[in-house]
Amino acid sequence: MIESLMQYQFLQNAVITGLLIGVVAPLLGVFIVVRRLSLIADALSHITLTGIAASLLLEKRVSAINDWNPVYMGMVFSVAGAILIERLRKVYKHYEELAIPIILSGGIGLGVILISLADGFNTDLFSYLFGSVTAVDRSSMWTVLFITLGVIAIVILFYKELFVLSFDEEHASISGVSGRFIHLLFIVMVALVIASSMQVVGILLVSALMTLPVASALRLSRSFKQTIGLSILFGETSVIIGLFSSYHLSVPPGGTIVMTAVLILVMTIMYKRVQKQLLVKGEAT
Amino acid sequence: MKQKPMVEMEQVSFKYEKEWVVKDVDLSIYEGQFLGLVGPNGSGKSTLIKLMLGLARPDRGSIRLFGEPIKKFDQWEEVGFVSQKANSFNSGFPATVLEVVKSGLVSRMGAFSFFKRKHKEKALEALKTVEMEEFAGSNIGELSGGQQQRVFIARALVSDPSLVILDEPTVGVDAKHVTAFYDLLGKLNKEQGITLLMVTHDIGTITNHATHVVCMNKSIHFHGASEDYKEFDDDDLNELYGHSVHQLTHNHSHDEVNRS
Ligand SMILES: Nc1ncnc2c1ncn2[C@@H]1O[C@H](COP(=O)(O)OP(=O)(O)O)[C@@H](O)[C@H]1O
Ligand SMILES: [Mg+2]
Repeated sequence: MIESLMQYQFLQNAVITGLLIGVVAPLLGVFIVVRRLSLIADALSHITLTGIAASLLLEKRVSAINDWNPVYMGMVFSVAGAILIERLRKVYKHYEELAIPIILSGGIGLGVILISLADGFNTDLFSYLFGSVTAVDRSSMWTVLFITLGVIAIVILFYKELFVLSFDEEHASISGVSGRFIHLLFIVMVALVIASSMQVVGILLVSALMTLPVASALRLSRSFKQTIGLSILFGETSVIIGLFSSYHLSVPPGGTIVMTAVLILVMTIMYKRVQKQLLVKGEAT
Repeated sequence: MKQKPMVEMEQVSFKYEKEWVVKDVDLSIYEGQFLGLVGPNGSGKSTLIKLMLGLARPDRGSIRLFGEPIKKFDQWEEVGFVSQKANSFNSGFPATVLEVVKSGLVSRMGAFSFFKRKHKEKALEALKTVEMEEFAGSNIGELSGGQQQRVFIARALVSDPSLVILDEPTVGVDAKHVTAFYDLLGKLNKEQGITLLMVTHDIGTITNHATHVVCMNKSIHFHGASEDYKEFDDDDLNELYGHSVHQLTHNHSHDEVNRS
């Protein structure tokens, strides 16, 4: 793979994009998991697919549009979906979580219609569902780089606000933190990262890259900072091993990346078990 | 004591659905006071505090903090709060005691500023006041309920507030620490001049420590010096609330835990 990496630009694009999302997906994932918002990530990834379908359909039907990168339309839909969820949460004050299935099923419903109007599934769509090592072009790699740097900068700048909001919303409010603003900023970042990740891991597995490394990190860490560090380490490891094996086994990277993340999770759970048993044994003797 | 009140509530009423939970409350808290707020379960004490802190909006009436209408108030570093829910947080949350206490400094720090060494030292100092400094590196979820409560008190104190509001802070804290806790509150009030508002069930103990007592059941039935409150016998109290205090406490003690 290393040799081909020097040779082929498409491979470079995929690897660099992969390394970038290996950092930002778990980074935002930590906040998603502790705030119990995993379902939002799922809803947004499905609405991203709707955007992609819309773009593919437009490309087919409107001759002026060729060579549009569907990723951008995916991002637009994802961000719009995020804002819509926030709106709906206010409509259903007492059933805030209803907003998520409404957007999720609305997204899939519209997506299915658009996909069949665009003459059904083709290889393009398959690669959006499960990821691909060949589909990332240079321009979207730059876009992902830009988004990654932006997200990291915002998380650093608003770290204390994000932390206090995640730990205790009431306390955030009496600390003068504008929960609404921070939350909107956060959810838009999630939408952008989901659309960015989709090219490499695929729509169906994006939320796994955001949550599985965090699930592993939670088993091992005591502090919030440590959780973030370990999540990124596990996410990055999953991406590297996943891309490598995807290339050599000729299977979609979404599958190999997520399975690597699952393997890491199993390993951390076993590690904790063994550690506990050793502790018990140590006490017994 | 005729200076401007720190908290000023005028004719404040609030309802969740149809029923009034807080009705026509007039309450002013002045600098230097240690106010004990007592009342049966479900009498609206926690709601009154939420209104005071802008966490709920009154249906009627006006609320001022430090002379500012609550909507415009922004000196949050002057206010410390220990919620009744403080120890029902997500106990799997990956944060250390130190990280939790440092988050109490957010109100004092401006936007775009970062935690630095001095913030860590400030947090350790606050942990020392509640005798929890050796747990600074522990995960918050691994502590006992009483220890967690002390950590939340440290979080409320870390920004050097001049007003501290505590909603049933001694629930789940063992007796040994409750005594130490009252001593701490007395010190904060007398030596540092911090104004305190504390919700409690422990009427006997609070009257020995607080300077003033407020009894409420939706509306305020008594507000005066602790000395005067101590004079009342059971019949007077029942009359105050318009119900039997003891009976109410019994009937509702279970719902309260689940509800809040
Ligand atoms: N979030 C809520 N939604 C609806 N009713 C509530 C809510 N919180 C409290 N209540 C009701 O308001 C009343 C007062 O509650 P609360 O202020 O918690 O009383 P206290 O703190 O004195 O025990 C109770 O009857 C309770 O059932
Ligand atoms: Mg209460």
